[in-house]
Amino acid sequence: MTIDANADIALSADVQAAGYGGVDVLREISLQVAAGEMIAIVGPNGAGKSTLLRVLGGVIRPRVGTVDLFGRPLADYDRRLLARTIATVAQENTVAFGFTALEVVLMGRAPHLGGFHLESAHDLEVARRALDHFGLLPLAGRHIQELSGGERKCVFIARALAQEPRVTILDEPTAFLDLRHIKEIFTRFRALCAEHSMTVVTSLHDLNIAALYADRVMLLKDGAMVACGRPADVLDAATIRAVYETGVYVGHNPATGSVTVLPTVDLP
Amino acid sequence: MRSANRSDKRSPSAGDAADAASYFASAHLTRRRLATALIALVAIMIVVAIAACAAGSVHINLIRAFTDPTSPDHAILFVARIPRVVMGAIVGAILAAVGTALQALVRNPLAEGGILGISGGGALGAIIALIFSWQMGAATEIVPACAFVGALISTLAVYRLAQLDGRLEPLTLLLVGVIFNAFWGAAIMLINSVVNFYYTHSILFWMMGSLEDPGWREIFVVGGLGLAGFIVLLASARDMNLLSLGDSEAAALGVDVERLRRIIFVATSVMIGAAVSVSGIISFVGLIVPHILRLALGADHRLLLPASILGGAAFLIAADLVARVVIAPSEIPVGAITALCGGPFFIYMLRRQGRRPAGV
Repeated sequence: MTIDANADIALSADVQAAGYGGVDVLREISLQVAAGEMIAIVGPNGAGKSTLLRVLGGVIRPRVGTVDLFGRPLADYDRRLLARTIATVAQENTVAFGFTALEVVLMGRAPHLGGFHLESAHDLEVARRALDHFGLLPLAGRHIQELSGGERKCVFIARALAQEPRVTILDEPTAFLDLRHIKEIFTRFRALCAEHSMTVVTSLHDLNIAALYADRVMLLKDGAMVACGRPADVLDAATIRAVYETGVYVGHNPATGSVTVLPTVDLP
Repeated sequence: MRSANRSDKRSPSAGDAADAASYFASAHLTRRRLATALIALVAIMIVVAIAACAAGSVHINLIRAFTDPTSPDHAILFVARIPRVVMGAIVGAILAAVGTALQALVRNPLAEGGILGISGGGALGAIIALIFSWQMGAATEIVPACAFVGALISTLAVYRLAQLDGRLEPLTLLLVGVIFNAFWGAAIMLINSVVNFYYTHSILFWMMGSLEDPGWREIFVVGGLGLAGFIVLLASARDMNLLSLGDSEAAALGVDVERLRRIIFVATSVMIGAAVSVSGIISFVGLIVPHILRLALGADHRLLLPASILGGAAFLIAADLVARVVIAPSEIPVGAITALCGGPFFIYMLRRQGRRPAGV
């Protein structure tokens, strides 16, 4: 793996078994993510991407194995400190009741607030900036249910940013998004990685997005790590064919120079 | 108050900074909105309470009631009406606050103590305790405690049984509630049919819900339990907001979800037990009041919960006034009034929720 030896390690996972209710979904994962790094977890449906994200975020504990966050075991963190350190954006984002977009983003401030306090001017400013990143300010007062799927996803990502985390975990952030939103979000996270050493771990179905934005790509199949490294090293046609069990064309995007993966047609 | 801003789909123009700032302030709970709304609700509650003290099946002169302690006006006001209005306020506040908390717990605005069969469980506990204490000649202090046990058993059972594969489906929840309601009702009817004829009136009282003739001792007991419940629930108001995002999201934001659940289970069961032990089953208050307040004030539980306490008090005082005067000198059980209003209201909400995903 290609981690700079001097970089701070944000997440360090050594997992032999993890899953739900005695059924192990993950086996054999060893992963270190540096502070300020963006890593994409890719792999076919059911490979265990979401489970891995839950293990890294401390939502489920590995049955066998450990996860360290900035050198301390996840289990040692109290839940509010953990919420100030890691923000997670789940695949599906539902809200009961008619909260406004701004109210949902302000919920990200909860781990920073004591007791029964209302949000301070500073909290509001953090939320305002988070909404502004995605051009959502005009929608601040709208009910979250009235927003489109893409807008809602952006609100939830803004909520994660309002947590001011050092690590952000994104589960399939591009699923409901059009091209402009995808670009906005990943440009934003790249800037956060560079300026604030934010660490981003994201699962992605779109290999092209992974190749374009991620520092490293981890290929996951059947709960085990197949490969992990720079996109250009990991995403070759033979590996992808082995993991996804389908033929692909791998080339280079002439505009960005990044690896491009395209489906091929298997003619009868 | 806020609805005008919310439904406004036009975005504020970039140049109009003041407009944008006020739009922004209207999109979340500010200290000013919290204070304005609660003061307005206190005022409404006081007006309704005064009206309910002044009006009734018998006309009284309020001035004489205060100035002449020997007058019948004085006796009617201080012995009959004020205790009843105070008890109505306490029970209404409890029912609406419990409704709001249960809705936050199950993430659905259709939850309510009466609908979910929790009040029914409490009523059964109260009836068993009452018959027991009559038979043994024991004190009736155990009635609220047994009502609490009945309510807690119902809450836990409904919550567990409504979960399928860890998911709480709204319709399953309502169905389980309906079944519990029918079951407790049948148990109460069974008891009713085998006990001494003289008990049956008291048992009917629990089935229908009434605020008749409360004593000051009961008022202090129920008021004290209610107050304790309000404090516990209000302290969890922000966590209830986060729970709207779902269990794992709330946990990821630092909420101890299991602990919050236990707090809501116990607090609401104590409160329902206290209310049921003096007033029987009064349904739908916990549905109607939070729904109207949510539309008017927004979903933030830090405002919605105290507003429900005040609004529930005003609502039940008003409903009981109606119960006292419509067929005076007889009266209708107040539970019948709230159910007559609440049934159609519930259907309307159910239809509305069917159209809108996870509606207001």
